[in-house]
Amino acid sequence: MGFLRKNPVALIAFLIIIFLFMISLLAPVIALYSPTEIDVDNVLSPPSLKHPFGTDELGRDVLSRMIYGARISLSVGFIAVSIAILIGTLIGSIAGYYGGRIDSILMRFVDIMLTFPTIFLILAIMVIVEQNIWTIMVVIGLTGWMDVARLVRAEFLSLKEREFVQAARALGMSNSRIIFRHILPNALAPVFVAAVFGIAGAILTESALSFLGFGIRPPEPSWGNILSSGKDNIEVAWWLSVFPGLAIFITTLSYNLLGEALRDSLDPRLREHR
Amino acid sequence: MTSFILKRLIEIIPVFFGITLITFVVIHLAPGGPVEAQTELNIKVGAEARENLKKLYGLDRPLHVQYIDWLKRFMKLDFGESFVDQRKVIDKIKERLPITLAINIISMVIIFLFAIPIGVISAWKRHSLFDRITTVFVFAGFSIPHFWLALLLMMLFGVELGWFPISGIQSIETADMNFFERLLDIARHLVLPVCVATVGGLAGLSRYARSSMLEVLRQDYIRTARAKGLPEKTVIFRHGLRNALLPVITILGLSIPGLIGGSVIFETIFAIPGMGQLYYSSAMARDYPTVMGMLVIIAFLTLLGNLLADIAYAIVDPRIRLGGKR
Repeated sequence: MGFLRKNPVALIAFLIIIFLFMISLLAPVIALYSPTEIDVDNVLSPPSLKHPFGTDELGRDVLSRMIYGARISLSVGFIAVSIAILIGTLIGSIAGYYGGRIDSILMRFVDIMLTFPTIFLILAIMVIVEQNIWTIMVVIGLTGWMDVARLVRAEFLSLKEREFVQAARALGMSNSRIIFRHILPNALAPVFVAAVFGIAGAILTESALSFLGFGIRPPEPSWGNILSSGKDNIEVAWWLSVFPGLAIFITTLSYNLLGEALRDSLDPRLREHR
Repeated sequence: MTSFILKRLIEIIPVFFGITLITFVVIHLAPGGPVEAQTELNIKVGAEARENLKKLYGLDRPLHVQYIDWLKRFMKLDFGESFVDQRKVIDKIKERLPITLAINIISMVIIFLFAIPIGVISAWKRHSLFDRITTVFVFAGFSIPHFWLALLLMMLFGVELGWFPISGIQSIETADMNFFERLLDIARHLVLPVCVATVGGLAGLSRYARSSMLEVLRQDYIRTARAKGLPEKTVIFRHGLRNALLPVITILGLSIPGLIGGSVIFETIFAIPGMGQLYYSSAMARDYPTVMGMLVIIAFLTLLGNLLADIAYAIVDPRIRLGGKR
């Protein structure tokens, strides 16, 4: 975490993410209104002191809905990426360590997965499965592991010829012990970086899905589905479109800036390259 | 060159089967068998459509026979009939494809025209004001939700200023327009969608061009060119740019899925009758045959795009096409 001290932009990004996590943890305490309470007398009222971000077409307080929506975005981003990292690391390390036929089959599989535009694949699966927060996390994870697999494989290819691996082999250690105890810990740095960028991507995907009506279903609030009603009321209620979108933008921007700073700090050589 | 293309074509065959296999798996993913799961959610599906679907997958037979059967029909571009209007899926795709292709090609040309100069100049003048400003825009472009950008553009240029129309690809009253007026009308409709479609690619490619150029500028031959006393412009644009462009071509091929994927977002928002919108409305209507047919077709278009990018790469870089023979 030392890199945050040298990089004020990354520090701000990090603090924003911490702030968002705190907001979503404390949602019931912070939110002034219930996120689902309908108020027919206050339909589509513009931002005011009572409702800082206005109300939606059912009179629900937009700020309160956004505070609860933060829970969705943050948890989907985190868990979906964890799934993707797990699959990608497993496939990448097996392909990189064993090489040969196993490697070419696994990498061909990666190529095939990459020819599907992710959003098309996700929509096709979301049509079949039940739409809730868990399936969204799993589906985003299942369609987002390929870059990690490539990264880990590349690390393994260069690490497996090193002396410490040869030493481990000479000591008669099992393959799985060499992979997970000896090589993998040394290959994790780029995975961390990819994970931080991946969270930004997963948050964007979830919000797009909810916006399109394939993600989190109203009345449960998510930043994406608030924007969906923003689109329906675009000519009368700008606040429904501006605030939730800004929240997504700031969140993904923070993750991307943090990822960039992390990449620079883990590999100073890269800083010279870019 | 011919042997290079031939080699790539042979390499594509397993990917081809992989794509159909994954789609087939997705179709059968549904618990309780594909037809039941696919039709129970859709009240429009009658008994006849159900029977047709069973015939399409041959559900009474073993799984591998079903797959081969489906593959044979697929070769004949037979994806069955749509649940929504009972038309052939392939016909529906055919009428939507040109619009999406046109928008994506326009976007790609724009991305190429702007991203490369931006990337090259920010690498050349690293840490300059220009470089700093473009870096900010690149990060914004990566992070901004495209559908939100679309909404903002609609609000600003459509609702507030009224400069551009916000839905469809042409006005309703086109009857008394001449050819050029019609063309202008379509162009006006496409301004906002194309803006949204290019943002992600512009950010990604300009960043990539920048790092590629930085890499090239550190090479010995650039130092040699400078040492010879060549003017800086010649060094950058003759010696540097040519080499920096090579990896950019591959990236363009890799960015095709993202571009096509983006069409779901902007076609839905701007009500453009292309593939993305058809895919969205079919998914919404649980129109299985259409969704699965399109999934395969789009993966193949991506594959084709990648192949074209590889060929372009081989044309400009002799090391690639002759690489195998050395």
